Amino acid sequence: MTPAPAAAGISIEGVTLSYGAEVVLRDISLAVAPGEFFALLGPSGSGKSTLLRLVAGFVRSQAGRVLIGGADVATLPPWKRDVGMVFQNYALWPHLSVAQNVAFGLEERRWPRARIDARVREMLELVGLSAFAARRPGQLSGGQQQRVAIARTLAIEPRVLLLDEPLSNLDAKLRASTGLELKRLQRRLGVTTVFVTHDQQEAMTIADRLAVLDHGVIQQAGTPRELYDAPVNRFVAEFVGSINLYRGRVERADAGLRRLVVADLGAGAIPAGRVDARLADAAGEALIAFRPHAVRRADSAPDGGLCFEAEIAAAEFLGEFVRYELRAGALRVTADLPHARHQGALAAGGRARFAVPPEEIIVLAVD
Amino acid sequence: MTTALAAARTPGRSGAWLVALPVALFIGVLLLWPVATVLHAALADGRGGLTLVHLRAFFSLSIMREAFVNSLVVALGAVALASAIAVPLAYLTARFAFRGAALVQTLGVLPLIMPPFVGAVAMQLLFGRNGSVNLLLNDAFGIRIPFMEGLYGVIFVEGLHYFPFILLNLVASMRNIDGAMEEAAQNLGSHGFRLFRRVVFPLALPGFVAGASLVFVKVFDDLGTPLVLNVTNMLAPQAYLRITSVGLEDPVGYVIAMIMVVFSILALWVSARITQGRDFATLSRGGAATRRRPLAGWRAFAAYAWVLLVLALVLSPHLGILLMSVSRVWSFSVLPEGYTLAHYAVVLTDSAGMIGNTLLYCSLAALIDVVLGVAIAWLLLRTALPGRRWLDWGASAALAIPGIVLAIGYLRAFRGVELPFGWGAFTASWLAIMLAYAVRRLPYAVRACVAALEQVHASLEEAAQSLGANRWRTVRRIVVPLMAGGILAGFVTSFITAAVELSATILLVTRESQAPLSYGIYLYNQSIATRGPAAALGVIAVAIVALGTFLSHRLLERRSAAMSSAET
Repeated sequence: MTPAPAAAGISIEGVTLSYGAEVVLRDISLAVAPGEFFALLGPSGSGKSTLLRLVAGFVRSQAGRVLIGGADVATLPPWKRDVGMVFQNYALWPHLSVAQNVAFGLEERRWPRARIDARVREMLELVGLSAFAARRPGQLSGGQQQRVAIARTLAIEPRVLLLDEPLSNLDAKLRASTGLELKRLQRRLGVTTVFVTHDQQEAMTIADRLAVLDHGVIQQAGTPRELYDAPVNRFVAEFVGSINLYRGRVERADAGLRRLVVADLGAGAIPAGRVDARLADAAGEALIAFRPHAVRRADSAPDGGLCFEAEIAAAEFLGEFVRYELRAGALRVTADLPHARHQGALAAGGRARFAVPPEEIIVLAVD
Repeated sequence: MTTALAAARTPGRSGAWLVALPVALFIGVLLLWPVATVLHAALADGRGGLTLVHLRAFFSLSIMREAFVNSLVVALGAVALASAIAVPLAYLTARFAFRGAALVQTLGVLPLIMPPFVGAVAMQLLFGRNGSVNLLLNDAFGIRIPFMEGLYGVIFVEGLHYFPFILLNLVASMRNIDGAMEEAAQNLGSHGFRLFRRVVFPLALPGFVAGASLVFVKVFDDLGTPLVLNVTNMLAPQAYLRITSVGLEDPVGYVIAMIMVVFSILALWVSARITQGRDFATLSRGGAATRRRPLAGWRAFAAYAWVLLVLALVLSPHLGILLMSVSRVWSFSVLPEGYTLAHYAVVLTDSAGMIGNTLLYCSLAALIDVVLGVAIAWLLLRTALPGRRWLDWGASAALAIPGIVLAIGYLRAFRGVELPFGWGAFTASWLAIMLAYAVRRLPYAVRACVAALEQVHASLEEAAQSLGANRWRTVRRIVVPLMAGGILAGFVTSFITAAVELSATILLVTRESQAPLSYGIYLYNQSIATRGPAAALGVIAVAIVALGTFLSHRLLERRSAAMSSAET
């Protein structure tokens, strides 16, 4: 294995990009550290692919700059950027064999033949396709085609690796294992990688850090854990993981505490520091949320938590836990309760009391 | 859907047979049999066996070897010239946001409107040794370029005429390439001409080959252009001269015809192989067509300059015949020395009959074509008749048969066939000309009708039948009206391409009174004195063809507008 090239960081500063009247990216600023595996997560039309194409040089922004390894790349056309991109549909050229596909970028760089051949062999070995060198791309399975696309891109030792929805064209079965394999490969090579996906689970499991985009705006950037535990707005809370989210009120209580009220779920209190800054002082409407697994079976709440009685509308057995659909007054609550052997499930149609501990409660401003 | 089709596919067998039989008879008697007699004559030893003696005799004649090589050189040269014009134009149109693109696209109809032989003489006046361009060049730089000398002239005229076939096919296949294919190459360091050579062109190759093989066949088979330019050392003119001077018994004429058929089939076969056997890089999952890049600065200037140059070249034969048709004297000068409408007067008094003949023959031929086209489409898509594909293939085989070969076949196969009512020999009558047109243009009508019927859902016919219409009435009242657009398109294409057919015409015309327009143009071009009228006749032919195309477009547009407003 050749040593990893000096990994370059990416810095995006105040980028705005529009096609005519349609604004696709709005004042985006983002930094990806050298060697980092970074995910751009968002629904379709959020601008995540455009951001990737901006780094690759296929589109130009009207404002802001993109720096790779500290240097502004505005004047560099795609073919001079040394940024490797793996396309969503792999874009393998059908008129070239697997080996010729992998050799392409090296030939463009005018490497001597012997070096190219050695590098192609090395790359195909890396992705486990040495036996397929002479095949045409059309004769390979989807997963194999993807590996060829990755080998072709890595062959040029890019300073940055861009992956556009790399798993979306694979079967569900292949997706998880391929994702892990990608991560292992990235760790081994240490190449800075940006990865676009609309699948939050994919992003959470693979990326070191991620940014959530919606309508061309970065909603939040951080580690998967930060985004999951402390979403900054309703979009991120709902897009990353599943969540119960309700309209409620925040009121000033004792010093340093805020009282929360949700009709039908009762009232709780949490430290003022954990309430969205925009709500910190004033009393008023707020969004109050908690993850399904934060719900406990309990007759009384721990200090400051929510406590409510609910009807069990449906129960879904998922192995390690049971997912309950609860009705508390007019509200629906999803609760994931851990399952253990010899423990009976709550029967649908019955009633029971539930609680949410205060440290699991997320309070967000109403957008 | 499947049950609907199955139901639609099972009308009584006897009906299908009744339709298929006359169609098969037509194709068999008027296409396959004449061609078979030509091939047989080339290979028969006269005692019922087969022999290669005639083939060897052909290659032992130095004039034939020369003609063979010349035909190949001209066909390949025309393909090369056409490619040199078409490939940059295609790339410009498909990849750049560029205002000339629409203009470039309309160039595609020009070769359909006017065949190369019509403008060939005008090209001589413009580009010949003492033509306008060389006179200007000589005055300015003291040089002359031999555009029109011998084989160069044929290559120049043909390449200029047929490049749109390559252009249109290439643009279509470039537009279909997934944008990511090119972006991936750019991403890996490729750009400019290398990007084109290594990725874009190979991916668009099927389109290029389809166009190039068509150009090859057209040029290889063309008789009119070499004859008008007085280049006789090529295969088609040699075949014509052998048959008309040595006679119908001369086996060498048949060998030439056989070679022409073989090369036509070969070219079309190569094209079919490359187009079908290829893993297309077309738009797919998550794919998007390449965004067209803006052109600016010197690139835009170069692009416009190129397009204008090509446009000037392409329109030169058209402008040339227009000028010739109104010029009093035009030789050794850049522009004519005086203008007159006398040529039109001559043509309209002397050749009104020819114009009438063309209208008559082409209307009848196009009518036969659409009737057969509807029948074949119906058999193909609505019946389960065994062997129905063979009818389609049989009809399409006409594409690979040069006009002169078909005409030679008629002369041999129907020798001595007398028409009833004392109309004389079949091969001497205008019926032979008209039927040859019908056979040669049948593939166009079949394609148009099949495409039209494919868009009529079988359930529309079933609805009519469930309301009590029998099969024949369903076809007449529902299917044909719904197919009308396609039928009209087939009729017009057959008509306009037949109106300028020369290679079969030239052998089958026996009396001037029966000659169509295209023959008149050829005949008038034989002497310098009548070149004015020839040009006038050419202008009239172009006008007829252009008018037909325009009217059918208008009709089709109005119809589709009416249909779609009825749907909403």
